[in-house]
Amino acid sequence: MTVLATQQEAADLGATGAARSGSIGRYVAGRCLGALGSLAFMLVVSFFLFRVLPGDPARTLGRGRFSTPEQLEEFNRTYGLDQALPQQFVTFLKNTLTGDFGISLRYRVPVSDLLLDRMWPTLLLVGSSTVFAILIGVWLGIRGAWKRGGAFDNISTGTSLTLYAMPEWWLGLLLIAVFAVGLGPIPGWFPTGGLHSVDVDPSSVAGVFDTIRHLTLPVVTLTLAYLADYSLIMRSSLLDEIGEDYLTTARAKGLRDSQVRDRHAVRNALLPTTTLVALNIGFVVSGAITVETVFSIPGLGLLATEALSVPDYWVLQGTFLVASAGVIIANLVANLLYGLLDPRVRT
Amino acid sequence: MSGLLEFEDVSVTYRTSGGDVPAVRGVSLSVAAGEVVGIAGESGCGKSTLAATILRLQPPSAKVTGRVLFEGEDVQTMRWGDLRALRWAGASMVFQGALHSLNPVQRVGAQIAEPIRLHEESLSDSAVARRVGELLEQVGLPAARARAYPHQLSGGQRQRVMIAMALACGPRLIVADEPTTALDVMVQAQVLGVLRDLVREFDVGLVMISHDLSVLADLCDRIAVMYAGRVVEQGPAGKVFTDPLHPYAAALAASFPHIGDMAARYAPSGLPGDPPDPADLPTGCSFHPRCPKRFGACETTDPQLRSDSAGRAAACLLVEGR
Repeated sequence: MTVLATQQEAADLGATGAARSGSIGRYVAGRCLGALGSLAFMLVVSFFLFRVLPGDPARTLGRGRFSTPEQLEEFNRTYGLDQALPQQFVTFLKNTLTGDFGISLRYRVPVSDLLLDRMWPTLLLVGSSTVFAILIGVWLGIRGAWKRGGAFDNISTGTSLTLYAMPEWWLGLLLIAVFAVGLGPIPGWFPTGGLHSVDVDPSSVAGVFDTIRHLTLPVVTLTLAYLADYSLIMRSSLLDEIGEDYLTTARAKGLRDSQVRDRHAVRNALLPTTTLVALNIGFVVSGAITVETVFSIPGLGLLATEALSVPDYWVLQGTFLVASAGVIIANLVANLLYGLLDPRVRT
Repeated sequence: MSGLLEFEDVSVTYRTSGGDVPAVRGVSLSVAAGEVVGIAGESGCGKSTLAATILRLQPPSAKVTGRVLFEGEDVQTMRWGDLRALRWAGASMVFQGALHSLNPVQRVGAQIAEPIRLHEESLSDSAVARRVGELLEQVGLPAARARAYPHQLSGGQRQRVMIAMALACGPRLIVADEPTTALDVMVQAQVLGVLRDLVREFDVGLVMISHDLSVLADLCDRIAVMYAGRVVEQGPAGKVFTDPLHPYAAALAASFPHIGDMAARYAPSGLPGDPPDPADLPTGCSFHPRCPKRFGACETTDPQLRSDSAGRAAACLLVEGR
């Protein structure tokens, strides 16, 4: 609730700030330009990264199927591998910018179709667990820090550290063993994996609930695994604010303790938290890969793991591009949010 | 006499892991309605701790004994609801570092408006905004500055915002804790001028805390000089500054030379040594290790504050004998 209130404040702040001065425009433009630069760099890296990977695509994929040099040559021509490296780079840039990521070696369909298809389960999984982890984590951090050393703080910090130390795949397997397979009196109500049951139409109302039931354990896994990051960050940011003089001013004005906390302390403690949340998004993406594999969710993470075993170069390159672009965009959003929250960076 | 504010034998002890540290030791002082009282002393003498007890703002680790009466009611034991109602509406504060005492991410107008909305809930938004504008103009800032953030203002402007904020709810008492220490001399004079005029205009009581005795002498009706958690001298402002009774008050007065006074310019001034560690106070008079006029009895006898017929008081064996 406190988070919602401060988000509202931030929105108000942004609306008036944008109407008033051009400095916010400069800030936004600067950040967007930075993000574009990162995207360009990422394109270059991804091209060369997949060119230095060991193994020749033709040889790996052929597995002896190319009995003649003509067949090998045709394979290389189909995938543009017979061209010189600079020429390949230009083709790569042109194709990527027009949304052509190549053809999957395994599925024999355009990689872009595969990516679009597999994106929604991942967005649903990562999106909902990030939102839950931030809301619960920030709430825990605020409550713990405000009554530092109290029973709540000790229990929540201890729990956070324990969860922080757990690998997410291990936590996922544990949850499957207890809540999907069933343990003693606990019924194994949740499915062990997948996104839909075979016998339910995914577009019906029952299908929506079926999907929620399938996503519950993976979302809980990712939420628990990343909750600790947010609760510990928020706790330490708020502890840094607690000794500040403006809180004494707020108390002297006659505000209630909860008003001092929510209107003044939390509002300022959210600033460092925003930055660290942005930095954390990359780790959430890597967590999604393992959790999708553990729960067999047909998302980008599972697609990447499957592609690795072939190896399906163009699919790997596509998932790499989408994941990096996702992290860069999430960082941009966090940076823009920071600009709204802190008037000092705008001037 | 029942004044606006009365300290009755107030002591404040900080509980630390290294034992109890007495920061204020048995201070009695009163402020009448509309009166301006200065509290002078070096850093660490307990003056800010004493000021914090007026609105019960001392940290939870501090134990307060004695009574702090605001309009006859003990601030330290009143219910939280009554205390919140008293804070800012009855007595408000001007803090030392305005940069840190203002919320960095809120417009100053919103920060001035906050206590008004809190204590006068019936006021409409436009009435609050008008009030904020008037307050800013009273301290010599354009009303439009309400839209600025603290970092967009200069040090003097920020301190004026603090004063405007302190006046927001029409308090009977303002406690100013070193309001000008962080400012340069010219701005300091401006801010003090604003404070003095407003206190006179609205007939507000003012407790002014400073290490600068010359500033206090200029502004206050009465001055109390504190040393090691105690009041060592008290009296009318001019007298304490020009004719101090206690050797410590004399040293404090001498550390601010009068311009054009050649004698003072060449006379040795300043005080050797450091203020005592509150956790490990000297025996007898706590000032004796630094006192230029000490004699044998000072090491064993702790002098009490004694008043004379002219309304002056000092805690010194030399004065007792006079």
